[in-house]
Amino acid sequence: MNHIRVGRWISGGALVLLAGVYVRALAFTPIERSQGLAQKIFYVHVPAAWATMLAMGLVGIASILFLLVKDDRFDRFAESSAEVGTAFSLVMLTTGPMWGKPIWGTWWTWDARLTLTLFLFFLFIGYLLLRSAVTDAGLRARYSAVLGICGLVLLPFIHLSVYFFRTLHPQPIVLKPSAPSLPGPMLVTLLCSVTVFTLLYVGFVMQRYGIAVVRDESEPRHG
Amino acid sequence: MREMLLHAWLVLRKDLVLEWRARTAFLSTLVFTVLVLLVFNFGRDPTAIGPLDLAPSVLWVTFTFAAMLALNRAFQLELENQALDGLLLAPVSRHSIYLGKLGANLAFVVVVQAIALPLFALFFNVDVGRVLGPLVAVMLLATVGFVAVGTLFSVMVIRTRFAELLLPVLLLPFLIPPLIWAVMTTAKLFAGRPLSEVVGWLRLLAAYDIIFVALATVLFPVTVSE
Repeated sequence: MNHIRVGRWISGGALVLLAGVYVRALAFTPIERSQGLAQKIFYVHVPAAWATMLAMGLVGIASILFLLVKDDRFDRFAESSAEVGTAFSLVMLTTGPMWGKPIWGTWWTWDARLTLTLFLFFLFIGYLLLRSAVTDAGLRARYSAVLGICGLVLLPFIHLSVYFFRTLHPQPIVLKPSAPSLPGPMLVTLLCSVTVFTLLYVGFVMQRYGIAVVRDESEPRHG
Repeated sequence: MREMLLHAWLVLRKDLVLEWRARTAFLSTLVFTVLVLLVFNFGRDPTAIGPLDLAPSVLWVTFTFAAMLALNRAFQLELENQALDGLLLAPVSRHSIYLGKLGANLAFVVVVQAIALPLFALFFNVDVGRVLGPLVAVMLLATVGFVAVGTLFSVMVIRTRFAELLLPVLLLPFLIPPLIWAVMTTAKLFAGRPLSEVVGWLRLLAAYDIIFVALATVLFPVTVSE
């Protein structure tokens, strides 16, 4: 029960902060010269992408740890992280085209990053479908751990396979070898937003984890 | 190591003998594959799109479906009379079982492809003979990748509800990278481009195969231990 309550407080706080980030992004951050108002979606899209990658990476790591130490807590965490990651990937996949239409002139393009994130989404869906299709709790944990690890290994391959295509997606402007080229106020807004999205991720995962704990207590695991 | 390979060979032989004696799975997969080729032929406007433009995609989509069908049946046999439990009780390592199953599935799919390829050349009027060597190399490399991941997943989905539906959903995202490379290579080959242009794709295919065969061999015991 404790996880749910703490998670709820964190999520609630993060939602309030999110409203603050929106106010800052819309009213107190300069408008980008060439893209205009459309660029504002950047402050939602990029943090959502970050939360999705974080979720997928942690599902993979939790899967490896689960197979190593066979602790149910890792399985519950992977399950929670995958569900929350699915939600964030949906945010990313819907905000992306909304920006793409006015700026690129097309909703969708088979660009490396777009393809990668679409497959991330399908990996999450497959992972959740597999979980729901296995009735035995012990088997479910092991199967999903195997899939989680395979998914983690697959990601660099998808990236490689689409890397050679021409890209429309903006190149990294913050996480790149040289100094960030984003103007100061925009960078601050982005970092605030990333922090808030990370907080949201933590809050959601804690609540989901709490639900998994309650479920496992009511129906003990076998196998 | 030698013992592991010997046991793998025994599992492989057992599967192939079973397949040879029944032959229904093989024949249905083969007929299905040919029918998919036919469907593709009628699924295009012959006046607008030449057969060669579509040929690489047709070939690989067909092979993907064929592999999927073959993998669905890989562990189906083992469910009857709890044959899988018997196999697990036998004094062979789980890695050998995986490698044996991988080999048997590979043989199954490769034979289907070997029969489908001439038919594909016939239907789509592609001069396959000119690029046969490199084409066979791409087919083998891509199929190893398909089957390596597919064998691992098929043993997982077999004990779930909706196994036939779940396998493609889980497997297709994993088949996309080898599929992209295979289609690219095949298109270059059919267009008569020099081999040096496709070596990069072949290397990626080989890397994919090595990594996923190793990963699946390591992970397979987790999926069958009781």
